[in-house]
Amino acid sequence: MATHKSTASAPKSVSPPKASPQAGTSKKSDSRAGSPVTAVEMGARQREISVSEFFTKNRHLLGFDNPRKALLTCVKEAVDNALDACEEAGILPEVTVQLEVVAIGSAAKPSASQATRFRVTVMDNGPGIVRQQIPKIFAKLLYGSKFHRLRMSRGQQGIGISAAGMYGQLTTGKPVKIISRIGPKASAHYFEVQIDTKKNEPLVHENKQIEWDQPRGTQVVIEVEGRYQKGRASVDEYLEQTSIANAHVRLIYRSPDGETKEYPRAYHELPPSPKEIKPHPYGIEFGMFLKMLHEAKSQTLSGFLASDFCRVTLPLADEMCKTAKVSPSAKPRDIRGATAETLYRTIQATKIMAPPTNCLSPIGEKAILSGLYKQIKGEFYTAVSRPPSVYRGNPFIIEAGLAFGKAPDSETKPEKPTMPLAEGEQEEGDSELARVIRYANRVPLLYQQSACAIFKAVLATTWRNYGISQSRGALPAGPMAIFVHIASVWVPFTSESKEAIAEYDEIHKDITLALRECGRRLGLFLRRRERAASEFRRRNIFELYIEEVAEACNRLKGGKLPVEKLKAQLQKIASSRTGGMKTDETLGKTGAGPEGLPHSIIVTAEGIEGESSLAAPVSDDMAIEEQPAVPQSERRQKVKTGSDKRSSGKATAVPSVPKKGSSSQHREGPGGTGRKTHRTEKRK
Amino acid sequence: MAKTKIIKNRAVEKKLVGLADMVIASAQREKDPTMEIPLRALSNVTFNPRKGLLEMGGKKQARSFFNVGMAKKFMQTMLVADALSELQRAELTTSLREIYYRTKHTIQDSHENTFDTQDESDPIIEDLEVSLVALREELHVRAENGGSVVGPLVLGDDGDRVDCAKLGKGGYSVPSIVEPEYVEIRRCTADFVLLVEKGTQWNRLSEDKFWRRYNCVLLTGNGQPPRGVRRLARRLHEEYKLPVYVLVDNDPWGYYIYSVVKQGSINLAFESQRMAIPKAKFIGLSSADPERYELPRNVGIKLNEKDIARAKELLNYQWFQKPAWQVEIKRMLASGLKYELDALANKDFQYLTKKYLPRKLKEKDWLD
Ligand SMILES: Nc1ncnc2c1ncn2[C@@H]1O[C@H](COP(=O)(O)OP(=O)(O)OP(=O)(O)O)[C@@H](O)[C@H]1O
Ligand SMILES: [Mg+2]
Repeated sequence: MATHKSTASAPKSVSPPKASPQAGTSKKSDSRAGSPVTAVEMGARQREISVSEFFTKNRHLLGFDNPRKALLTCVKEAVDNALDACEEAGILPEVTVQLEVVAIGSAAKPSASQATRFRVTVMDNGPGIVRQQIPKIFAKLLYGSKFHRLRMSRGQQGIGISAAGMYGQLTTGKPVKIISRIGPKASAHYFEVQIDTKKNEPLVHENKQIEWDQPRGTQVVIEVEGRYQKGRASVDEYLEQTSIANAHVRLIYRSPDGETKEYPRAYHELPPSPKEIKPHPYGIEFGMFLKMLHEAKSQTLSGFLASDFCRVTLPLADEMCKTAKVSPSAKPRDIRGATAETLYRTIQATKIMAPPTNCLSPIGEKAILSGLYKQIKGEFYTAVSRPPSVYRGNPFIIEAGLAFGKAPDSETKPEKPTMPLAEGEQEEGDSELARVIRYANRVPLLYQQSACAIFKAVLATTWRNYGISQSRGALPAGPMAIFVHIASVWVPFTSESKEAIAEYDEIHKDITLALRECGRRLGLFLRRRERAASEFRRRNIFELYIEEVAEACNRLKGGKLPVEKLKAQLQKIASSRTGGMKTDETLGKTGAGPEGLPHSIIVTAEGIEGESSLAAPVSDDMAIEEQPAVPQSERRQKVKTGSDKRSSGKATAVPSVPKKGSSSQHREGPGGTGRKTHRTEKRK
Repeated sequence: MAKTKIIKNRAVEKKLVGLADMVIASAQREKDPTMEIPLRALSNVTFNPRKGLLEMGGKKQARSFFNVGMAKKFMQTMLVADALSELQRAELTTSLREIYYRTKHTIQDSHENTFDTQDESDPIIEDLEVSLVALREELHVRAENGGSVVGPLVLGDDGDRVDCAKLGKGGYSVPSIVEPEYVEIRRCTADFVLLVEKGTQWNRLSEDKFWRRYNCVLLTGNGQPPRGVRRLARRLHEEYKLPVYVLVDNDPWGYYIYSVVKQGSINLAFESQRMAIPKAKFIGLSSADPERYELPRNVGIKLNEKDIARAKELLNYQWFQKPAWQVEIKRMLASGLKYELDALANKDFQYLTKKYLPRKLKEKDWLD
């Protein structure tokens, strides 16, 4: 990690090492002609580097490489923390993000796109932070509650928010301002803190009790140098994608150009709280193992193995010791060198049960569906959660989802019987490539797409098998968003900036399997759609000609034919010859929905099909949907007899329509005009 | 629609109405309305060597309404049937083109036309001819006139006496329907019939009064002879026992025209019974003629790919299997050249009238 000259342009408020007196002398010794430096001279220059100093120079490692990305990183760190805190405290998160343009000096306030300085405010309804911890959390790097445990969370290192604060401090000289309140009975505290980068210690500028209209929660304000630009990898995209993967979150976003967007809560349950686990022996490197031996609290080796690792029982520990030819009752501290190595190898070679997976909290198929449906317009949605797997002793879960198609409103053409040209219409927009949205522990990954295992797995999937066109080595083409989430106690990022996931075989395999299942369902949907559409076209043709044929017959018969009767008879044949009721169903013309696609939503021009509401809690519709599949014939009858089914019973559960004034990205529900939801959850 | 008085034929009308009955009955039984149409293709044509004519086989094609590929044709067939029955009731005859216009309209609530071009309606009329076993005349559909006749022949047409020897060099325009009910042959003193492919050469012969000197009936169909011309030749052949000689260009198309006159067309093989003249002779131009009549090579035209392919096809037809014919066609292929009748003018403007035909007739130099 060489310190690059270009990154060393640190602002005046801190004194970077370069500005030290030695810098002057080093200039001389830098020249090739100069005499070599002695160890003594070098020793005079050798000194401790604080983490803050290190990251001041290496801010790109933390996602502050350019002003646009820096703005996003600040928002991201604060929002991730807010969500982590709420979930850990069992609170349904409600987060407000506000970006404001800040005028520099006496100059007039520039427009959002011209501005170079912003005030980032993030407020949550979480548990709040106790007063004593506030300075350290916001003004000390590597200080946090999540690093020393194996539990799934968004944050891991304890750098995030303090790094954002430090970046603000470096670029604007302003302190981080915090308000936090731990409950309605406690009082709110206001802090202004800065970081002493040399010591990596907080400097408290302001600390007082204040009145706050929030009963509980935390608000952090950071002023930073940044750039605001919509589009790819923007704050807007981050929030949108966060909302997709976190359907239980209510997000309010006030953008720098004064707009307010609301990402409503689509799912009213918190994800199950993940349990903390001990490390699995397979996930431990030798050096770490030595350290653990050294720090072990247990008196015996087998006791240490059984208590400090998961999935190691005492008998198993004894057995492993025996195999490694060490005494199970030896003191862990005494195991060193070759003995330790033998033991380590033995452990790695022993068959040990996979780690427990209750430390993971997958998003779940329903929540993914809700999120996708809420944020992305389409005709078909599906979601797959894989069973847990393990890489290097770390459990993980892959989840994938798909949103396919355009808004059905623009797809109404095939419904019009006057235009039999509908054939070419599907081809439209095929040049558009799929969008891949990646997540790690529910956090959207917006950078380094092509380096990411998720992206590579999407490319490696043969989408053509599912009726989607795909050029060699390219993303599949079509109006499609591909969602992939990895949940793990330790997400293997390719670098510190947490932007791309490393390509472990196990991870790649699971992503591929999840994508294939999504693809398979999409393929089924498309094929069924295509069949139905062509049946419908056929029927259209017939209906068009029936008129002509019947009238010709009538004239041939001298005009004495009951023409309408003949037409009706012919129409009946046409309908039965073109898939009949089944086509109607597939086309969404009757109450019954298409079957056989688990965890999927199908949207037609007339609404999303089916009975259950997306906004409803999981429990009750789960019960309904677990019913066995009804045989075709029976179902048909049901449709016939229960024509009024839509308005009765469960069919009344209409998904909540997003509030007006919210973003244009939102699905504009047609104001409760009977958009119906349906999810078929039958097993294959 | 022409106001030609015609004879009522209830049988044809009944057959047309039968199509409507079929649709109604199928609809009642929830069956797909389907009509059977004899296949009009080489695969469904056999050559009867004994009779010397083409006969239609029994192969049929189902045309169903509820089949995407056929629905439109089915609908079109019903519309044409309707138009034809209208003709029957009104006792009118009409042309193929008029049928097209009569049945063309935009389908309700759509931008689709019942027919886009006449190419769609013509084959449907032929379909109906073969499937209802009704002749085009019986359907009251005229072909274009397109044919001429001169010679010692007196006809009765709509009560008018037409003496084909007194119509100058233009002759009488042969109507498409020449059935006895419409055209009566009152007298014919000719010795033979000469059917000329090309109007230009017919004009030459007519102008030169060839028919007078050789006492023949001169007929032309301006290319592929229309039904009226073929039927008239057949009637003269049958009723007056006149031999029929066919004079065509020396190219594969000419051979084919000859074969249509002689044994019928593949497309409407079922009409051969009435149209074909199995004893017709091919008088020229033969591929042997350029040598025999010393036509210079430079008045020949190089055979193009299509010609060659067509000639090879003819070689395989059952009715061209006679050794003389195999020699004839192969000789053309070997020479790589084709000759138009007009090329005879290279020798003399009246070479055809004065030298070629007289010698041919004298030498009885023709192919059977
Ligand atoms: N909004 C908040 N509400 C409650 N606690 C918070 C909040 N923000 C931060 N914390 C606490 O502060 C700690 C430090 O946060 P920080 O973002 O610096 O690190 P982290 O989230 O643990 O890891 P990472 O560096 O990966 O973000 C967190 O571990 C958490 O305990
Ligand atoms: Mg954090």
